[in-house]
Amino acid sequence: MIRVILPPHLRVLAHIEGEVRLDIQGQATQRSVIDTLEASYPALSGTIRDHTTQKRRALLRFYACEEDLSNESPDTPLPKAVQNGEEPFLVIAAVAGG
Amino acid sequence: MSGVRLLVGTRKGAFILASNAKREQWEVKGPHFGGWEVYHMKGSPVAPNRIYASQSSGFFGQIIQRSDDGGETWYQPGLKPGEPTKNEAGLPLDESNKFVYDTSQTTGKPLTTHQWFDGSQHPWEFKRVWHLEPSLNDPNTVYAGVEDAALFRTTDGGKTWHELAGLRGHPSGSQWAPGAGGMCLHTILLDPTNPRRIYTAISAAGAFRSDDAGAQWKPINRGLLSKYIPKPDAEVGHCVHKIAMHPSRPNVLFMQKHWDVMRSNDSGESWQEVSGNLPTDFGFPIAVHAHEPETIYVIPVKSDGEHYPLEGKLRVYRSRKGGNEWEELTKGLPQRDCYVDILRDSMAVDSLDQCGLYFGTTGGQVYSSVDDGDSWNPIVRDLPPVVSVEAQTLQ
Repeated sequence: MIRVILPPHLRVLAHIEGEVRLDIQGQATQRSVIDTLEASYPALSGTIRDHTTQKRRALLRFYACEEDLSNESPDTPLPKAVQNGEEPFLVIAAVAGG
Repeated sequence: MSGVRLLVGTRKGAFILASNAKREQWEVKGPHFGGWEVYHMKGSPVAPNRIYASQSSGFFGQIIQRSDDGGETWYQPGLKPGEPTKNEAGLPLDESNKFVYDTSQTTGKPLTTHQWFDGSQHPWEFKRVWHLEPSLNDPNTVYAGVEDAALFRTTDGGKTWHELAGLRGHPSGSQWAPGAGGMCLHTILLDPTNPRRIYTAISAAGAFRSDDAGAQWKPINRGLLSKYIPKPDAEVGHCVHKIAMHPSRPNVLFMQKHWDVMRSNDSGESWQEVSGNLPTDFGFPIAVHAHEPETIYVIPVKSDGEHYPLEGKLRVYRSRKGGNEWEELTKGLPQRDCYVDILRDSMAVDSLDQCGLYFGTTGGQVYSSVDDGDSWNPIVRDLPPVVSVEAQTLQ
């Protein structure tokens, strides 16, 4: 079970309260987490990754275990603590910008 | 009972302002989609409670929302609350926010490049929906003008969107360039007498017309002069800010260009300048009175570098002769220290017997007039910056 925490705007959009819990077969990666998330909540399609390029939207970041995973390959397995549900996978709207 | 509903898009959400036919007392509802930019909302002319909204964000991209109850509740088309979100194969049903340029061999055009600010070529990239134009006779059909410039259409109430690629694929596409706000398709006009005729305008490419329901397009910019482009009378490259028409005379078009107010009497085949005695002819919106096809309104701002009223005085200008002769309308509008802007989709008219006029400002005010512009009253003063105003006349 993977725990995902979304920014407030996306929780409102998809009518989600609190964190999302996803069942993912095999090792979870950024790609498999977001694929599963979009399949469960189609309202989120295109909001985290661009519809066409499938790249992370530039002003969103991915964090877990106090690490910025944003520039990791989308197919890199997520940290063990995320895989076993101890730590959440966080989607953060960039907080800098002046 | 008749009344008016104003659909107000702002930088931080959508608001709905409603009144009876007197238009003295207004109920303000919102924000809907709080925190998101709402570039435009518009209702179906044949089913006024069906409203479409373009909700976007630099963080999260583009969303299309729809209401079937006059803006009380909203949902993403294809995702009505409580209905299945996946098909039998487990795939998402929703594609309501999926705007993908059509590059297919059958109906599409190759994804090419357009001119960039530095003169280089830049690939087309979808950014947001600027304008939604519902069909005049089918509530499920809506046209969407997007940035980077292209025209999309839904025929299933917003569940799926398909590009009418003939416009983006026009041979002049490589000469189009973004204006300061982006390379946006911001104007869509449907000819009520000819369902195959559509007008669009793009900043900074110009005006285009299709006579075959959007398959093929021709630039209609003859007569436009843009001083600072390499060829001032070029076929394309003009920064058209807005075009308006009266439904009873769809061959007559009025245009607010970057500089210059223009008029065409022949469906855009040629344009003549009608700026006349305007103190400045730079501006964004232009509107036509609901019952007087020769009465038009503009709200000039000082210049392209100074998007605020001349001398800090907010003034609407009215011509009852289709241009050239303009009168200043100031009653009820601030006449000192006013430095707001009025964006291109921020002026609208209703079609009650006594035509109402409305405009919103980047300072968050929405003003109304029920005496042809002779006097104005603020409906609200402190919304987020207003991006668009549409008026629905409810019978």
